[in-house]
Amino acid sequence: MQDYKNMLDAYTQAGGTSEIFKDSNIAHLVVHKNKVIGSHLVKGLILEPQETANGVDIKLTVEKGIKIENPVHLCFGVLPKEGIQEINIKAKIEDGAEIKLLAHCVFPNAIKVVHKMSADIEVGNNAFFEYTEVHFHGSTGGAEVIAKAKMRVGKNSRLITNFSLLKGRVGILEIDYDSEIQDNSILEMTAKVYGYGDDKIKIRETGRLIGKSSRGLIKSRVAVKENAQSEVISEINATAPEARGHVDCIEVVQGNALARAIPIVNVTNEFAQVTHEAAIGRVDKKQIETLMARGLEQEEAIDLVIRGMLR
Amino acid sequence: MEILKIEKISLNLEGRQILKDLNLSVEANTIHSILGANAAGKSSLAYVLMGCFDYISRSGRIYFMGEDITTYPLQKRAKMGLTLAWQEPARFEGLTVKDYIAVGMKKKEEVLIEESLRYVLLEPKDYLERVVDKTLSGGERKRIELAAVFAMKPKLAILDEPDSGIDILALDKIVNIIKELKKQGNTVLLITHRDEVSEVADKTSLMCSGFIVKEGKPKEVGKYFKEKCVPCPTRIFPTEEEKEKLEDQNARL
Repeated sequence: MQDYKNMLDAYTQAGGTSEIFKDSNIAHLVVHKNKVIGSHLVKGLILEPQETANGVDIKLTVEKGIKIENPVHLCFGVLPKEGIQEINIKAKIEDGAEIKLLAHCVFPNAIKVVHKMSADIEVGNNAFFEYTEVHFHGSTGGAEVIAKAKMRVGKNSRLITNFSLLKGRVGILEIDYDSEIQDNSILEMTAKVYGYGDDKIKIRETGRLIGKSSRGLIKSRVAVKENAQSEVISEINATAPEARGHVDCIEVVQGNALARAIPIVNVTNEFAQVTHEAAIGRVDKKQIETLMARGLEQEEAIDLVIRGMLR
Repeated sequence: MEILKIEKISLNLEGRQILKDLNLSVEANTIHSILGANAAGKSSLAYVLMGCFDYISRSGRIYFMGEDITTYPLQKRAKMGLTLAWQEPARFEGLTVKDYIAVGMKKKEEVLIEESLRYVLLEPKDYLERVVDKTLSGGERKRIELAAVFAMKPKLAILDEPDSGIDILALDKIVNIIKELKKQGNTVLLITHRDEVSEVADKTSLMCSGFIVKEGKPKEVGKYFKEKCVPCPTRIFPTEEEKEKLEDQNARL
């Protein structure tokens, strides 16, 4: 019971609203380390968590034609200073089904916490799946997050992923998301991370536009300061006719931080097109001057520009 | 009462002289226009007054409300009540119009933010939550810049070409906005290359090649600018001889 309360407190700190766990119209699942400490289902959603030695295996299915009205809230966390959590998700969004998942991952006291997430996601035809993952890591920088996802999207569907780690120290972050997109389907992947101290950030996001007229956007916004390091690899492969893709990566560097952006664009069909833009640098001088001309100190101005970019 | 006084300000950028021994005096609660062709140094003067990073005058003094601010950094000048509306305002990813306007406000009340948007003829409900990024047109961005200046209630607002990029039909609106700023008790230093816009001012200074060549009533100075001034073929600072010739010519006029 105390773990549940503490998890909800951490969830609130991460930006969530704990009231949703009392709402019978909203499905949720709360996992502390390898224990399921709270869950609620709604009609049409099959959510089967299985506790394992170091975490939880989750099977999630949204049945054909079912549209889950409210976002399903997931809360994963490790509250002690040390621990490991392995979350394996197998999700199937059947034809014509729709769901939004909002996951909060909380490690507020992490000194040596490892969180591994591995997801296998299948989105059917005419379906919609949105996965938003928000992290809260506390101030010690002792969290290590390794997130991998393989996603396959059918025809006339839409897949949206949003990853953000903006509160607390990152620690070590490795993301590797890979998606395959069929005919007339749309992919949107966004990652936003703010690293400082000696944080290490590695993001790899890949969109494979294998279906005719498929669309893909991979967007990343990363800010690093002090001695933090980031590497962002954004890749779009367009192999189908009329596939269209765009890679949009901006990284802002301050202090001794180091940032690398590697956009990879592969086009093997003469009727496909992929564009990219990548920029690394300090905050634009004119933006800073503009805000300082309204009375902000330089540091305040830089912070406001970065917070806006990561919003 | 004099709110701004500039004495012999000079500016060199990358080996080129942009401003040389420029003098200017601006009375409080007036609209004072700086009229001049492109490349006359008008925007550079604005950046020097604001204290922008690369625009440090190596000689001369700037007095604002009687205080020598020559060495003050940008934000200190802003806190004293000096601000600048950029000719091409910066864009900010993720920053809403509401938050952008609020930056310079002492009381960050939404009702005041809405008032400032109405003042530049933008409907608050359509703009408050929009982002100050590339989704706004150049004209919208300029109006929001003016709204931010209005909301800040500065003692002296430098408006750098508020009329540029605005279609001819909207010019009257821009002029009315500038008049309204004065009505609110602000002093406006209006930078423009349009003599018809300059006429909104109480006094006009004509700028050419980095110094003030003529001052007076806006219509007279505007007429001189229209009839006598020719566009600078290149950004070459005049020789002392040319400068004297220009000054003689102006004295005769």
